[in-house]
Amino acid sequence: MTVAVDKTKCIGCGACVVECPVEALDLIDGLAVVDPSKCEDHGKCVLVCPTNALAIPNQSPKAKEELDPKAGSEFNINDPQPDAIKDYAQDNDKKTIRAQVTPVAGGDVWSGVWVIIEYTNGKVAPVSWELLGEGRKLADAIGCGLSGVITGHQIDSVIPEAFAYGAEKVYVIDNPILKDYRTEPYAEAITSLVQKYQPEIVLMGATSMGRDVFPAIATKLQTGLTADCTVLGIDPETKLLQQTRPAFGGNIMATILCRTRRPQMATVRPRVMAMPERVDGREGELIQEEFTLSESDFRTKVLEFINTDAKSAFLDKAEIIVAVGLGLAAKRNMAIAEELADVLGATLAGSRGAVEAGWLNHDQQVGQSGVTVRPKVYIAIGISGAIQHLVGMETSDFIIAINNDPEAAIHKVANYGIVGDLFQIVPALTAEFKKRLQHGVAN
Amino acid sequence: MENFDVIIIGGGPAGLSAAISAAQAGMKTVVIERGDYPGTKNVMGGILYTKATDMVVPEFWKEAPLERPIIEQRIAMLSGDESIMAGYRDPAWGTEPYNAHSIFRVKFDRWLAQQAEKAGVMIIPETIVEDLLYKGDDVVGVRTGRAEGDLGAKVVIIAEGVNNFIAVKAGLAKPLRPESVAVTAKEVIALPKEKIEDRFCLEEGQGATIELYGDSTAGMMGVGFIYTNKESISIGVGAILQPFIRNNWTPNDLLENLKSKPYVKRLLQGGEIKEYLSHLIPEGGYTQVPKLHRQGVMVVGDTAMLMNSLNREGSNLAMISGKIAGEVAAQAIKAGDVSDHAMSVYETRLRDSFVLKDLHHYRHMGKFFEEKPHLLKVYPKLFNKAAKMYLTADGTPKKERQKEIIKMAFENRSKGGIIKDIYGAWRALL
Amino acid sequence: MNFVVCLKQVPDTSEVRIDPVTNTLMREGVPSIINPYDAHGLEEAIRLKEKMGGKVTIVSMGPPQAKEALKKAMTYGADRAILLSDRAFGGSDSLATAYILSMALQKIHETEPIDLVFAGKEAIDGDTAQTGPGIAQRLGFPQLTYAIKVRELTDTTVTVERKTESGRQIVQAQLPALLTVEKELNDLRYASLPNMMKAAAYEPEVWDAKTLPFDVKQMGLKGSPTSVSRIFAPPGRSGGEIFDATKDPASIAATVVQKLFQSNIIMVNPLAKGGKR
Repeated sequence: MTVAVDKTKCIGCGACVVECPVEALDLIDGLAVVDPSKCEDHGKCVLVCPTNALAIPNQSPKAKEELDPKAGSEFNINDPQPDAIKDYAQDNDKKTIRAQVTPVAGGDVWSGVWVIIEYTNGKVAPVSWELLGEGRKLADAIGCGLSGVITGHQIDSVIPEAFAYGAEKVYVIDNPILKDYRTEPYAEAITSLVQKYQPEIVLMGATSMGRDVFPAIATKLQTGLTADCTVLGIDPETKLLQQTRPAFGGNIMATILCRTRRPQMATVRPRVMAMPERVDGREGELIQEEFTLSESDFRTKVLEFINTDAKSAFLDKAEIIVAVGLGLAAKRNMAIAEELADVLGATLAGSRGAVEAGWLNHDQQVGQSGVTVRPKVYIAIGISGAIQHLVGMETSDFIIAINNDPEAAIHKVANYGIVGDLFQIVPALTAEFKKRLQHGVAN
Repeated sequence: MENFDVIIIGGGPAGLSAAISAAQAGMKTVVIERGDYPGTKNVMGGILYTKATDMVVPEFWKEAPLERPIIEQRIAMLSGDESIMAGYRDPAWGTEPYNAHSIFRVKFDRWLAQQAEKAGVMIIPETIVEDLLYKGDDVVGVRTGRAEGDLGAKVVIIAEGVNNFIAVKAGLAKPLRPESVAVTAKEVIALPKEKIEDRFCLEEGQGATIELYGDSTAGMMGVGFIYTNKESISIGVGAILQPFIRNNWTPNDLLENLKSKPYVKRLLQGGEIKEYLSHLIPEGGYTQVPKLHRQGVMVVGDTAMLMNSLNREGSNLAMISGKIAGEVAAQAIKAGDVSDHAMSVYETRLRDSFVLKDLHHYRHMGKFFEEKPHLLKVYPKLFNKAAKMYLTADGTPKKERQKEIIKMAFENRSKGGIIKDIYGAWRALL
Repeated sequence: MNFVVCLKQVPDTSEVRIDPVTNTLMREGVPSIINPYDAHGLEEAIRLKEKMGGKVTIVSMGPPQAKEALKKAMTYGADRAILLSDRAFGGSDSLATAYILSMALQKIHETEPIDLVFAGKEAIDGDTAQTGPGIAQRLGFPQLTYAIKVRELTDTTVTVERKTESGRQIVQAQLPALLTVEKELNDLRYASLPNMMKAAAYEPEVWDAKTLPFDVKQMGLKGSPTSVSRIFAPPGRSGGEIFDATKDPASIAATVVQKLFQSNIIMVNPLAKGGKR
């Protein structure tokens, strides 16, 4: 008997190749191939296959327990601990996976969840606090501590905030070399902390800074990194970090594990995780480290920083967004959307089609190749709802869609789908909002 | 400016066949293609005939990306919810030498282009030819839309497809007229292979086709079709452009109309639309075939209106015309004579082949249907009604029923009218 | 100047779908393209070469079919294209991919020292944005990501505008350096016919696992710390309410707005006066 591969289902992820105890599987041209002379029907590949492409003939496939994609983010601290966690907390033998981990820099105690707090130009990126909230849930699920890391110059004011948002410990490197963000010194600083204190999970926002410095750090540490996660969770059995992210342009979601190396690193999209409650006055342990390198060790220098004040720069932080699509038919019709946005104090955005038609700028594009937004209210005007657009806005708190096609995909993600002629509906909505908002602004 | 022996405008089956035969005869050959690569812009119903392709690439079926060998062809006549069906099946068509296969053009043309490259042809994609280059009255190359875009050639073969811009510019063809092109809309609908084989009563891997007349085109001059692919069904409908314009219909309207027919609906049930394609088909027939050659130039394939719409054959005519043109070009270049007279060998050889013989045979057909637009409305209805009357068991003695049928037929269309239609059809089609 | 461009052939992600019933990836007929960001990196390298002289080498890793992307890339006017292709490279994650590419760049660097490496800011099929920085780290080159403008290139330094959320950072790095680029960097050219013909006749070099002294433990599945454990279709939203406003848009609009205020989805903030920004 040999494991059978359904080639139409195989996505070539290689999970089976890693899992097979007798090395009977290989990836050839992107598909799993079984060597029948080696296969001993262990069936481990069948269990691990994400798409059920593998089967041992004459053996009914075991129903796989579906992972809840929201496991981590929906975790409630007040819920009773699952048995697996209790086991773990009582130091039972659930640590096998951790024991297998190859330590990268001496020692073998990889423990704790770290959040790198992004502090540039005197501001903390809010995603840092969102991650402390998410990190709390992960740390509780594992049964370990939660720490924040601040690197930069003159960062004292940030420390109490990190405690207020839930960090138990805060690691700090404060040095003039770290004044402006540069990859080299930041990567060195964070790497040195990780090597010394060995956290098992390190998180950062998927901002331009997080996506710049984390790959550099992961390469230095020779460990795995998953970019742009939208859901995090902890596998109750193995305690591995389940890192879920959109792939193939957001057309599919993939859950990724880093099984054998530490730390497990992930960047997380801003505004996907909930902002935790801020408790001022909360205190914790502060650990300050020296930065041992000097300016001559680095080959880059920042000459200038030009603040850009474009509205669209804050698109990902907008509370209300009015977005337009090709249903608007012509640039001159932008006026009806602008009027609605004006009344609501909303930010204007658009689909790829609207941007390519020249009605809006590239940085106003919502979706896969544009910005991911999560406003309180998202009003989609004349947008059909191509999947590339949906991935950029479907986590909005409330979605209102106006489209004349009742079958349009946008109506399927909308809380309110209004079917009809947008040229009549939008001005009517604007007029109604105006009536109610004459004594204040929308909130 | 780089010089070639033969430049071919367009990388469809006609152009690639011409390129292969020219290169095989030792000519330095280049194909200039508009699309990202040959095949991206190319659309057809999806049936490839074995004989013609075999002549260009012998035993192509062993390698080429094909869907299913066609072992059964059905003809259906639709009237409202009713339908009459006839069909022919030969399991021998499922083995070598096949008769025809269903294919996807994107895959097949790409493969054919690779065969051309193997034969030594250079293929330049994403490039538009703007005009022929002349020296005096002689054609000496082409001008492309790119910088430093002139290319020299001894012979240019125009295989630009149905949109015949260059052939028109060169004064060889007339611009397309709405009554001599058909517009076709097609969808590829994914279904599991077991379902396809069950629904069409096929052995594993075999394929079938259905041509649908009558209400499939809402009375317009045209035809609907259903072809089985490996894991999908191609369904399409085409009709002459003019009535679309007149009735303010889109090709998609016609396709949706066909898909809603009870018989068709059941075949497609549960499938998911994977692709939507639309294309023009040259339907001018023999009388509208352009001038096929001039000094240094030959016109092949769809550009030459080489299309037998009754038997829905096009790609085979295209490939044979391309093959012949490539051979004639090589002969002429080797002989050092690319005059109009030398090029006319191409036309002579086409006339001797089935290509122009078939077109000549059906030369009255276009006019016949044009003059009798009622044909595709009246007869499907009449036949369906007759069949229903004949087959309904309601206690009427059969002899009386037959009389009723004949009476019904003449009520729908006068005796004289029917005789005229039959005579017209006999002249146009036989 | 010696320029190297890292380039990836990717499926056109706007055409990739997941079958909601079987949860499988539908790859049939999805066209392959040059990763759009990489194309802008290539364009910039060619422009700089045209200005300052030098050589542009394209390096890619992928299956043998990726040769087509390299041939297409050659139409821009590059001088050389190398495809890293071997079954042993298959299943590499971004860490292992960066290792393999950096080995190739190292090899080039030994004989013809590299001045500047270009890569796209990310590949549209993976969106990880990790391979470029990974290569820079392994080669010990400074990395400048999200470049939207090359302000100046001298024999020893490059000055670049980088895009960040709050503004543009102007950074100078010593050469050799690696840039990952945004689409704003430049407009792609329309290749000349001679370059099209050169590319059509060009056969990219193929390097396999034996060409260079690769460490098998650092590449392919074994060298990849991350692995996919599950894929699924993005969850849809349920329980939406549909309003038919085809007949009476005004009264439907009134109803919708009323509901929005009743359920506190939109509220009036009385502190700030006037409904304008």
